[in-house]
Amino acid sequence: MLEVKDVNSFYGKAHVLNDLNFNVEAGTVVALLGRNGAGKTTTMKSIMQLVRPRSGTVIYKGQDITGWPSHKVARAGLGYVPEERRIFTQLTVLENLEVGRQPPREGCTTWTDDMVFDLFPNLAERRNNRGKALSGGEQQMLTIARTLMGNPAFILLDEPSEGIAPVIVEQMARVILQLKREGLTVLLSEQNLHFAQAVADGVVIIEHGTQKFVGSLSELQAHPEIRDQYLSV
Amino acid sequence: MGLFIAQILTGLANAGALFMVASGLSLIFGVTRVVNFAHGSFYMLGAYVGYSLMQVLPGMVGFWVAILLAGIIVGLIGVIVEFCVLRPVYSAPELFQLVATFGVILVIQDLALMIWGPQDLLGPRAPGLKGVIRIMGEPVPQYDIALIVITPFVAFGLWYLITRTRVGTLVRAATQDREMVSALGVNQAWLFTGVFFLGCALAGLGGALQLPKGGADLLMDFNILGPVFVVVVIGGMGSLPGAYLAAVIISVLNVFGVTYAPQSTLVLMFVVMVIVLMFRPFGLLGKEEVAGEHGQVGEPERPIKPAGRNMRLLVAAGLLILGLLPFYGSNFAVVLVTDIMIFALFAASLHFMLGQGGLVSFGHAAFFGGGAYAAALFVTHANTPMELALVLAPVCAGLAAIVIGWVCLRSTGVYFAMLTLAFGQLLWSLAFQWSEVTGGDDGLVNIWPSDWASDNSVYYYLAFVLCVGGILLLRQAAHAPFGYAMRAARDSARQAEAMGINTKRIQWVAFTFAGVMAGLAGGLFVFSKGSIFPNELETARSFDALIVVFLGGVKTLSGGWVGAAFFEGIKDYLTRFEYWRLALGLSIIVIVILGPEGIVGSLRKAGERLGILKVPEDAK
Repeated sequence: MLEVKDVNSFYGKAHVLNDLNFNVEAGTVVALLGRNGAGKTTTMKSIMQLVRPRSGTVIYKGQDITGWPSHKVARAGLGYVPEERRIFTQLTVLENLEVGRQPPREGCTTWTDDMVFDLFPNLAERRNNRGKALSGGEQQMLTIARTLMGNPAFILLDEPSEGIAPVIVEQMARVILQLKREGLTVLLSEQNLHFAQAVADGVVIIEHGTQKFVGSLSELQAHPEIRDQYLSV
Repeated sequence: MGLFIAQILTGLANAGALFMVASGLSLIFGVTRVVNFAHGSFYMLGAYVGYSLMQVLPGMVGFWVAILLAGIIVGLIGVIVEFCVLRPVYSAPELFQLVATFGVILVIQDLALMIWGPQDLLGPRAPGLKGVIRIMGEPVPQYDIALIVITPFVAFGLWYLITRTRVGTLVRAATQDREMVSALGVNQAWLFTGVFFLGCALAGLGGALQLPKGGADLLMDFNILGPVFVVVVIGGMGSLPGAYLAAVIISVLNVFGVTYAPQSTLVLMFVVMVIVLMFRPFGLLGKEEVAGEHGQVGEPERPIKPAGRNMRLLVAAGLLILGLLPFYGSNFAVVLVTDIMIFALFAASLHFMLGQGGLVSFGHAAFFGGGAYAAALFVTHANTPMELALVLAPVCAGLAAIVIGWVCLRSTGVYFAMLTLAFGQLLWSLAFQWSEVTGGDDGLVNIWPSDWASDNSVYYYLAFVLCVGGILLLRQAAHAPFGYAMRAARDSARQAEAMGINTKRIQWVAFTFAGVMAGLAGGLFVFSKGSIFPNELETARSFDALIVVFLGGVKTLSGGWVGAAFFEGIKDYLTRFEYWRLALGLSIIVIVILGPEGIVGSLRKAGERLGILKVPEDAK
């Protein structure tokens, strides 16, 4: 469904991603693992074209989307959930959802306010609160909910478990599995191996912007030395 | 009592146009982060277009249709400007967009002159609303009442659009985080264009609505800028209710000022603004600007290094050629180059605080004109000799910079810029309205150099020594640890603070130093011309300096004076033509789009590409 081919990305003169190559199959959850600063967020942004890869291609559903403006990538069905919980703090929860709303997409769930509130009951009570009044966990839920309003076929989750309470992390894991059951394809970046193990089918490990391992979760579990070398457990 | 109420009503009526222009400016800034300096020009266009339409469309219906159409037409003109001028430079640093809008001001000025001619146009009175109604015996024009009623409706409509519709929600979201909005599938480009249309249409509407009260003239664009910036700052950037409140405060105050203190009307609003900002640094209803949201744009800046041997030789040769000018140049050339050197010092001082300190001032003319006025006032009122006056000019400008810097540096970013603009206007109003001391519009004349320096060539050498010395001093400061601290404060204020740099104090000193140097240039200017008029303090003067800095190249050390030399030279040539503003404006726009690195930056790039200059190791 998504193919990342020989992608190289730069910030100014700094070479951040080095020949990344991996695929995400439709209906699976793939975890992008790596330590802080490994290039996970840049990978996400390079797929969304928020960072333009200097070389290489990103292919989504057979279409080369490299160089597209980000809004076009989003409209093609790629939903992006940023790491820093970039909700619109001056807008209410409902208004945040409104910004994310896109026309229905064939073959995808058409999300409504009520449906995302079913998924995240905490948000329902706070629908008229401004974003800045939400807790960290609620903000994280809102970023996901907002992206779902765009009715994506594929969702990019950047460190969904970062900096939130363990009980909410569990809830996040349930949500991701539910989204998978609904037919969504997910690429999530993580430092938290436990969280990844709970949801992922496939694994990509990167370090210093270079790919170190691509395979299934069971393959990774069969090679603990890889885990120890590239991930802090 | 009747008079009191009548005056409040007049103030409320005047607030209408001001509110519309200010809310348009604030909207555009909020979403696109462009401080649209050409906003006053759209206001002026609204008045002119409305005037022409009213000639064609008769009667009461025609009058109001004309106003509405004027708004729409100006909005469409705004879209053209957005498309042709701003779209190509959105990805450039924000300051370049500013310069592009300067270019637009000049272009619109000359287009208006071409189409409507130089004479002031008297606005037609509104059919059906020509009379007055009496309130407690005082006459209040019916049209004023109409404006008082209309404005809240416009304000409400705008408020509804922004807070209650999907488009408004997207606009507010984009105000906070454009990239995220785009990642959610919203096409930013159209959002920008839409907001630009709305903002410009509001300005045009304001211009057309005030026609029966003020008519149309070619000075409207700059005249409205000062009050509009004050309103936006007092009300709080991005707050519609704030803009309305501030427009009312300023307009009512103005009406009372005219009655009770006619000498201080212009100064009054700036005093109010400073007082408001002392207590609420983000305006009455504004919110704190989140700084650093976008980070550094474009290529990282190169470290500054001392000039190499070849460059030093080149500069020395250039100075020699300059120094010998009186021996081979004509008298005209000597006078022209004196002007250029003075302007170069002025520009270099702005370039110093802008390039090294990241402090974008819209009112640097305050110190240039301030120094000039200081010298002229001492000569006129105290018979001070030139030598002493030339010392007092930078001293006074420096003192002014200490005070103004203290107030302005409490704010950052666009608030800082607007405060400096307001202070520039404040000094201008002082010079303009305090005619017993400053001579008002007639200026101060007969300020000539001492006998020994009265010859053009001798004065040339005096200016040469002081200007070249001043520019070298500024350059020295940039290379000194002080310059490092300035750049640290510019690039990352927090990190600089964490390293123990008192960034505010560094900026304050830099601001003052730049003020001193501008004051010195002003002092030299007044003795070279023999006179001084308030226009040396005008916002347009500050803009000249800003344009020059950008033309020269912000990210290069020599950008200031190179740009000044180029600009003064080209202006001297261009002003011989009737529509020189048009030509200058267009060239500015073209330069911003094609060569955003400025003259020096582009030359350096070209030199490196051709292999004449070496690319430094750390830039590879």
